Order: sequence, then structure tokens, then C-alpha cells
Amino acid sequence: MGEVIVITSGKGGVGKTTTTANIGTGLAVSGKKVVLVDTDIGLRNLDVVMGLENRIVYDLVDVVEKTCRLKQALIKDKRYDGLYLLPAAQTRDKNSVKPEQMIELCDELRQEFDYIIIDCPAGIEQGFKNAIAGADRAIVVTTPEVSAVRDADRIIGLLESQEIRNPRLIVNRVRADMVKRGDMMSIEDIVDILAIGLIGVVPDDEQIIISTNKGEPAVTDNKSMAGQAYRNITKRIMGEDVPLMDLNTSDGFLSKMKRLFGIKPA
Amino acid sequence: MIDLFKLLLGKKESSKDVAKERLKLVLIHDRSNVSPQFLEMVKSEIIKVIQNYMEIDEDSLDIQLTRTSSEDGERVVPALVANIPIKGMKNAGR
Ligand SMILES: Nc1ncnc2c1ncn2[C@@H]1O[C@H](COP(=O)(O)OP(=O)(O)OP(=O)(O)O)[C@@H](O)[C@H]1O
Ligand SMILES: [Mg+2]
Repeated sequence: MGEVIVITSGKGGVGKTTTTANIGTGLAVSGKKVVLVDTDIGLRNLDVVMGLENRIVYDLVDVVEKTCRLKQALIKDKRYDGLYLLPAAQTRDKNSVKPEQMIELCDELRQEFDYIIIDCPAGIEQGFKNAIAGADRAIVVTTPEVSAVRDADRIIGLLESQEIRNPRLIVNRVRADMVKRGDMMSIEDIVDILAIGLIGVVPDDEQIIISTNKGEPAVTDNKSMAGQAYRNITKRIMGEDVPLMDLNTSDGFLSKMKRLFGIKPA
Repeated sequence: MIDLFKLLLGKKESSKDVAKERLKLVLIHDRSNVSPQFLEMVKSEIIKVIQNYMEIDEDSLDIQLTRTSSEDGERVVPALVANIPIKGMKNAGR
């Protein structure tokens, strides 16, 4: 039986879709059978982040309305064995899907896949309720900013009231240089405030934008720091005990490399 | 407390410390809205403690999380306001 993990945040634009794409791809590369479900109806993006936008025929709403069979709507990612995408509908609204239908869908997907990763829309309305309805676990994504952490706190409360216990935290877009000079909350600060377990820290990394441009998740890029962070998170999801990567050392390493190649350190 | 000392000594706070303080305050209020059970828990604990010493009127007891202005009057801070009518003292309290 597979496990349903929802990637959520409250605040928009903090990296849910990026996280979904990277974790999902990372799990598939590790030999798991994975399906990514985009529940951001009307604002679908996971398809382009994954580079699968040209292959969509049916979508999530078609599946729950039974316009097509589930198998027909699943897009197989030809690059990675065992990786599938169920895209969101683009021209419908969030109320086209009900929580009960999501629970039914998740139950069906659990039979077939090891991991079902759900990309949640921003906000706490219908789309959020749909996304979390069938989930076993939740990963809450935040950035080290007051508004994002505040919204994450609210999401954690709502998850709790929906009996999704022990959500895990990803702090995304961390800048070690800013933390060092006291201009960005540290991981300890954020974990201290939110009081949930940390599953990973992802540095702010321009490779994310480059890989999103190409539709190839950074997790498969061995040179990307964010990619390394996502590989670590993937292992932790599978139950491995991986120490947190030291953003400072890697930072030093990176600047050393840059110096080696004659690039001025940022 | 540490932050208070920093203020007294006129030491410049880093922006992350400011962020952390602001977050903590705003979350006190947010969290009480998320779970009404929270206040009920606080309420019953307070009742337990006070009842060791006094007889109180449980039915008209009122506890609220609100905002008030800080001592220097410059900021709005969250405050726990309790109105607990006392009926009498218990022996242990005398
Ligand atoms: N670690 C990172 N480093 C640099 N850029 C990042 C990082 N994570 C995300 N981004 C960028 O931030 C933007 C928002 O990311 P993403 O779309 O994943 O957020 P989201 O939470 O899914 O947004 P929405 O709430 O709109 O669905 C994207 O342009 C993405 O490339
Ligand atoms: Mg998104």
C-alpha cells in the first residue's frame, strides 16, 4: 500500500510545486513507483516544472467526474522509470472537486503506487481542503520570512484539526550568507517557533530557476546544491537517517570552486 | 528578557531578531484562533490552581486572549485577560 504525502504551505510561491517535482523525481530515481498529483486547479504548474506540459490529454477533474479512466489521465514520464503525473484542470475552478472524491482517488492510487505526492494550491480554501483530504502525511514548505512562517503555523494548526499528525517542515530558499550576518531567521529560529520536525533545508539556488526553465528537476543535477538538498529529503522520506547538510561548508566549497575557475565569489 | 536587556543597553537588534519577536507575538494571537480548545485548556488549568486557595464562581469566569498597549504605550501586544469572581478564601489560603 502506497503512502499519500501532501506538499502544502499556506502562503503562495514558497516552493510547493518545486518541492513536489523534486521529491517525486528523487523517489522515482531511487526505484519507487511514484505519481505526482497537481491539485492547483485553474493554476496548474507542475506539468511545466516537470516538462510534461505537451502530453496532457485528460486531467484530475476528468478523472473524478469519470469522463475518462484513471489510467488514461496518468502521464508517464519517459525519462524516469516509475514516475507519473496526474495534471490539474486548467479551465475549471476549485469547486469542481470534492474532498470525498479526493479520498476515493487517493485510495485508488495507493493500490498502484509506492508514493502519491500531492501538490497543494496556496491558501486555506477548497483547494487546500481537497489536497489534504486523502493524505497520510504532510510536508509544510516555508521560507525564512515572517509572512511565510506565520502562514505555515496556520496550516500546521489546520492539518492538526484534520487529524493529519506530525507534519514535517522544509525550509526553502535559505541564504547562508544572510543567516550569518543576522538578516535571515536561522533554521533553529524557525523550528523553535513552529515546533514541528524538520525534514530538510533547501538553499536559495539559481539552479532551481535554470532547471525549471528546462523542465528538468534539479534533484537529478549532481552539481546543484538545492538538488543535493532534495536528494537528502528524498532519503529521509524513505526512512533513511541523513544528517542535515551544512549550507556554510557547501557555501565555502562553492566559492572555492568559483575561485578555482576564476569567478568572483558572490 | 534578553531582548529587553538589548533594548535597555541600546544595542542594535539584527533584523532576524526583530522578525522573530514579531512572529512570536503575532502567532500568540493566530494560534488562539486556530484552536478554541487551547483557551479551554488554559482556563481549566487556571481554575485548578486557584481553587487550591479560593472559592471561585466558575460559571461567570471569563478568560480571553486580546490585545493591549505595551507599558511604554508604543506597541500593541497580546494579553491574556482573566476575570475571576472570588466567592471566598479557603483555609489553605489564609
Ligand atoms: N530553492 C530555491 N531557489 C531558488 N528559487 C526557488 C527555490 N524554490 C523555489 N524557487 C522559485 O520560486 C518560485 C515559486 O516556486 P513554486 O512555483 O515551486 O512555488 P509554489 O509554492 O508552488 O507557488 P504557488 O503557491 O503559486 O503554487 C519559482 O519561480 C521557483 O523557481
Ligand atoms: Mg504551485
